[in-house]
Amino acid sequence: MNQKTLFAATLSILLMAFAGGSFYYSTQQAEQVNQLAEANRASLLRMHAPTLGKAEAPVTIVEFFDPACETCAAFYPRVKEMLAANPEQIRLVLRYAPFHKGSDKVVAILEAARKQGKFWPVLEALLAAQSGWVLHHTAQPDLVWKHLDGLGLDMERMAFDITAPEITALIEQDLADAKALNVTMTPEYFVNGKPLPSFGYEQLKTLVDSALGEARGK
Amino acid sequence: MNPTSDALQGWTPVFFAWLIAMLSTLGALFFGEVMHFPICTLCWYQRILMFPLTLILAVGLFPFDRKVIRYGLALAIPGGAIALFHQLLVVGIIPENIKPCVQGIPCSTTVISWFGFVTIPVLSILAFLTITALLLATHLRIHR
Repeated sequence: MNQKTLFAATLSILLMAFAGGSFYYSTQQAEQVNQLAEANRASLLRMHAPTLGKAEAPVTIVEFFDPACETCAAFYPRVKEMLAANPEQIRLVLRYAPFHKGSDKVVAILEAARKQGKFWPVLEALLAAQSGWVLHHTAQPDLVWKHLDGLGLDMERMAFDITAPEITALIEQDLADAKALNVTMTPEYFVNGKPLPSFGYEQLKTLVDSALGEARGK
Repeated sequence: MNPTSDALQGWTPVFFAWLIAMLSTLGALFFGEVMHFPICTLCWYQRILMFPLTLILAVGLFPFDRKVIRYGLALAIPGGAIALFHQLLVVGIIPENIKPCVQGIPCSTTVISWFGFVTIPVLSILAFLTITALLLATHLRIHR
C-alpha cells in the first residue's frame, strides 16, 4: 500500500469509528434518559411548583430552569409563544435548578414575589434585565432589587419573606429531583414526561407539536 | 543524505506518532463532546498541545519533512510534562494547595479509572511519551 492510501484509509477509519461511536453512545444515552424519566415520574411534578396555564391542559411542559442562566432567558419568550398559540392545550411547570452561584438567592426573591401573586411579572422583569444582575456567570442578588421597581411589590414584606425556611426546603427538593432526573444543564425540558432527545429549540418544538397532535387525536 | 532516504527511514515512525495523536484527540473529543465529561484547566492545556500535533505531523508526512521532528517535539515534550504534573496531582504527590485550578472543576477528580490505574492523565502521559519517543527515534534513524 502506498503512503497516501495508508494515510487516507487510516484517517477514514478513525473518523468513521468516531462518528459511529458517537451515534451509538448518544442513542444509548437517549434510551437511558427516557427510562430515567419514566422511573422518576414523581420527581417531575410537585405541588409547590409555579405553574402557568390550565391545570387540565393535555400537554405539560416541565422546565428545570435557573433565573441566572442565559439560555433559559433566551428560551423563555419562545416557550411563552408556544403557550400563547395553544392557550387551552399547554401548561408550563417551572422547577428550580439554581446551578449558578448566588442564583438560589434570586429564587428566594421569586418565591417571595410569588407570595404577593407577582411571580410571573417579576420573573419576566428579571429575565429581561438579566445582564444587569448576572456578572461573570455569578448572580448578584443585591443588584436584582432595582429591576423590581414599578411592579407594585411590598418591599418590606419581600425582605422578610426571602428568609423563609420553606424556600430553602423547596430549592433542595427541586435540586434533589433534578439530580434524580439527571438534569445537569439548564434549561431542561420534559414534555408530558419525555425529555428532549437532544438540546435545542427545534427539538422542543417537535416534541410539543407531537404531544399536541396526540392530544387532538384522542 | 537526500530527501528520499530521509523519507524511507522516517516516514513510518512519524506516521505512528500521528496515529497516536489522532487517537488521543478523538478520544479527548469523545470524552468531552459526546460523553460530556467536565474538562478541567490542566486538561485544556494538554489538549492545546495534543490537537495541533494531528495537523503538524500530517503536514510533515506529505512530502516527508524531517523538520517535523523539531516542531512535533516542541508540542509533545511540554504536553508530557503537563500530563505528568496532572497525574502527580491526581495521585496526591503534589498537594492540593498548589494546584492551579482553584475554581470550577477540580483537576484532582478522576472521571474514569480503567483496571484501577488507567486514568485520563495516565493515557495522556503515555500518548505524549510515545509520540516523543517515536519522534526521537526518527531523528536517530535519519542522523545515523
